[in-house]
Amino acid sequence: MTPELLVEAVIAGILLGCFYAAVSIGLSVAFGLLDVPHIAHPAFLVLGAYGAYLLGQYGLDPLLAGAVLTPIFFVCGVAVYRFYHAAFEKRGSDAGLRGLAFFFGIGFIVEVALILTFGVDQRMVEAPYIGKSLALGDMRLPMRMLVAFAVALLLTIALSLYLSRTFTGRAIKAVAQDQTALALMGADPVRVKQWAFGIATATCALAGALLIILGPVEPGLGRLYIGRTFCVAVLAGLGSMPGTLAAGVILGIAESVVLTSFGASWAPAVAFGILLLVLAVRPAGLFGR
Amino acid sequence: MKLLRARVVPGLGAIIAVLALGAIPTPAPAQDQKPIRIGLSIAQTGPLGGGGKSGLLGLQIWRDDVNARGGLLGRPVELVVYDDQSNPSMTPGIYTKLIDVDKVDLLIGPYGTNPTAPVMPLVKRRDLLLIGNFALEANAQIRHDKYFNILPWSSDSAAPFLRLCKPLAAKTIAILAADAEFAQVLATEVRQELKNYGLEAVYDQNYPPNTVDFSSMVRAIRAKKPDVVFVASYPSDSTAIIRAVNEIGVGDSVKLFGGGMVGLQYASIMEALGSQLNGVVNYNVWVPEKTMEFPGMRDFLARYRDKAKQANVDQLGFYLPPYDYAIGEMLAQAVAATKSLDHKVLAKYFREHEMKTIVGSIRFGPTGEWANPRMIYAQFRAIADKDLEQFRSAGKQVIVAPDAFKTGEVVPFSQARK
Amino acid sequence: MRNWNPFIAGTVAAIVAALVLTHVVQNEYFFFAGYVVLQFVVLATAWNILGGYAGYVNFGSGAFFAMGAYTAVALIKAWDAPLIVQLLAASCVSGLLGFGIGALTLRLRGIFFSIATVAVAVICETAVINWGFVGGSRGIAVIQPPPPALFASYTRLLFVVMALAAVVAVVLARYIQNSWIGRGLRAIRDDEEAAESAGVPTLKLKLATATASGALMGLAGAPFPLYVSFLEPTSAFSLNYAVSALAMPIIGGTASWLGPVIGAVLLGSVQQIVTVTVSSELNVLVVGALLVSFVVAAPQGILGLASKLFGRRNAGDRAGQPASAASRSTDAGQS
Repeated sequence: MTPELLVEAVIAGILLGCFYAAVSIGLSVAFGLLDVPHIAHPAFLVLGAYGAYLLGQYGLDPLLAGAVLTPIFFVCGVAVYRFYHAAFEKRGSDAGLRGLAFFFGIGFIVEVALILTFGVDQRMVEAPYIGKSLALGDMRLPMRMLVAFAVALLLTIALSLYLSRTFTGRAIKAVAQDQTALALMGADPVRVKQWAFGIATATCALAGALLIILGPVEPGLGRLYIGRTFCVAVLAGLGSMPGTLAAGVILGIAESVVLTSFGASWAPAVAFGILLLVLAVRPAGLFGR
Repeated sequence: MKLLRARVVPGLGAIIAVLALGAIPTPAPAQDQKPIRIGLSIAQTGPLGGGGKSGLLGLQIWRDDVNARGGLLGRPVELVVYDDQSNPSMTPGIYTKLIDVDKVDLLIGPYGTNPTAPVMPLVKRRDLLLIGNFALEANAQIRHDKYFNILPWSSDSAAPFLRLCKPLAAKTIAILAADAEFAQVLATEVRQELKNYGLEAVYDQNYPPNTVDFSSMVRAIRAKKPDVVFVASYPSDSTAIIRAVNEIGVGDSVKLFGGGMVGLQYASIMEALGSQLNGVVNYNVWVPEKTMEFPGMRDFLARYRDKAKQANVDQLGFYLPPYDYAIGEMLAQAVAATKSLDHKVLAKYFREHEMKTIVGSIRFGPTGEWANPRMIYAQFRAIADKDLEQFRSAGKQVIVAPDAFKTGEVVPFSQARK
Repeated sequence: MRNWNPFIAGTVAAIVAALVLTHVVQNEYFFFAGYVVLQFVVLATAWNILGGYAGYVNFGSGAFFAMGAYTAVALIKAWDAPLIVQLLAASCVSGLLGFGIGALTLRLRGIFFSIATVAVAVICETAVINWGFVGGSRGIAVIQPPPPALFASYTRLLFVVMALAAVVAVVLARYIQNSWIGRGLRAIRDDEEAAESAGVPTLKLKLATATASGALMGLAGAPFPLYVSFLEPTSAFSLNYAVSALAMPIIGGTASWLGPVIGAVLLGSVQQIVTVTVSSELNVLVVGALLVSFVVAAPQGILGLASKLFGRRNAGDRAGQPASAASRSTDAGQS
């Protein structure tokens, strides 16, 4: 592999990694901070992608559509969390395993709902930046990857600031560490958590728009992202927003370099091998709390 | 302890009872004319679901047609259809059910190679007639003498594409293939035949399923400056590869691009990619060119078009639907001519007679593949964006190979994109 | 030993019933569907040993199943090995893999362990895809040999083999549940640190259990190539196996050996019936809807529901209720 190719592969990997971070950041909140085994997260991403597709039919830009959909997703997230809380956390029944099964079921139901509404054909959107590229000397970077990159950065910065600077944000971080202390301070942990879960779900609207900007979607696509998103969230160290970005980028670069060089067909093993290695050496993730 | 016994025994009873449910034969419909039942499994979910749904519509149109004409042997025709979810592990059970429980009279194979593979030993053991539905080389090893495949495929189907290299004076080739069955069959053939066409492989990669970003691979290909890029890919990858090629470019050296990209025959993908498709030379089974005007085809497509809109399936229906309609026609022709539903008699008829269908006349060779295979390669030309209807007219997908169906000469890739 | 006699009678009856069925039932489809249901009994029981008793949720069941199947294929391809050798070797290979993930539990708990099993599954699948000898990504055709003397078809033989495997799995699961191993595992599930300090050999127990669980999943996968007569990675490593292996015990009840059996028979049969009746996207919906309604309405599964309804203690209760674990995943990974 020539040095130029390696540089290009690394840059492409960074862009791809930011996309991975964007689709995983909601999970970093829901799973990393709130300990909700949200295996339906990728299904919500696909739901967001179809939302962008639906609004795109009326001429709305996919990113704008994603932004428009965030409040709706937020409300959905709050509702799902309230249900989850009432059914599992409050009862104190085995929330880990049963919650996992519950979200698996939710994921399947979302998938079927999408099949019934949109059919099984692949769907795509149109936007001025799809199919264009940015030329930097000899190197050309796809615009849609750059858009994913920018949105991922914005999301990470916004969420990081929100979590560290605002009162609710700090409360969300606190709820992850000590619920009782938070309750003593006069904040209701459940309200804080449902708010946070709403935010996590709202990011699915935007990240889902990225999903359909990047490539075609079909209802079953979510299943393919279960491994990837959890991989990023765990690699990041639970709940760390900059960590999520870094973990996504590490995965992206690893994948991109392997795809460019010798054995493209080994790429999935390399990405998950890194995950296994990190888990074995540093179980709390690279940037864990 | 009493409790435990009480639970084991009914537990066993429950297993048996539930299993036996599936074993109860369906009662024959109480009517004078018992319908002729044709059984098949066709993917309606999973990766093959899109194609499967459109193909099923083609078959349903045939069923309605034949019933409107009074059925077969004076009996109405009924389809017994199951969904194998694109999963080969489902099909042995489904076909056993079709044979033993539903007691269907005729069998059509599942859509796709992998779901078909497990059915082959089964029909061979039972010595039944099976019409293959877009399966590749399913009968190459088993050699069942009652298998006939509707896909106009042969083991040298990549040859017409490779033959295009010579007039373009191509010397080097890059191969990019999905790590999955159809793509590997095609790519392996290309790899074996390279030398015979004076080609040298400068890039050869299999990429894993579910790859998101192809820009790194397209960059690597461009760096090798190949004359030909052969791609064998699946629908979502095909879209991503075409996009990456448009954004990053494969370089001016490339004279021929395409080959075995599944998905570029689907209406939704063709419409979405639009002008990005220009110049791509890809395999196909039917395009609206004058050498492919078979009697009945246009009429079928017109009727399909109305139904497809309601059913929310592939709007063009060039790929699976006419061929699945043709499966029905072939079965009808054989049954009507032999006045029999005996699989031995029907298979003999299939072997010895020419089948007249809306996809042309078909004769079958020794392993049940077309005696004169007809995989065509068409080049996308002058495609505009956001226009599905353009694909219905000639000149948009010009057949460049093989010679028998040619409607135009291949234009070098970079030139066709200007 | 007081519990054993009726249980042994039940298992013997099950084997005899399976043998008799192969000679009584004419309908071949019965054996195809029955095989799948029994296969899920083995998978669900195997999963439950580690997931239900010890609380370590394995997400990579598909990989254990597929490694068993591919071991069998490799043996057929290399030496045309007999079925019994395939079964034993598949159990060994998947058992070893199980030992490997057992070693992971040394450092990983809760969801971290689950994610690690996903990673193991992806790596195994990639390795198989790149292993040309067993067909790689294109898949490989396996031809059933002629059926042996007592059986009308090879599938009937496989049906009996799978029935035997189910019996082996259930006997093993019941033994583990009722012995000191089971008590140790429940202690681990409820509070691993406390168990460790109370003198439970946690690592040994976890390693043994993970190995047994893996071996049983391999056993479930070994006859699969001959059953379908075609094996390819995507369907062999399918997410369906992982989901079913987890869903079935949860629906049946995870505390007792009977739970996974009930869950597998129920969900497995429903899936088979739905495939050949409504047969469409509703297939997927059935699993989803059953999962959600059961975990919400009957958190202890059918067994828990039954004991509540009849107001008496049944086999499921003896194993003890799972402790409140809402906070357990919280301290995951910080061991």
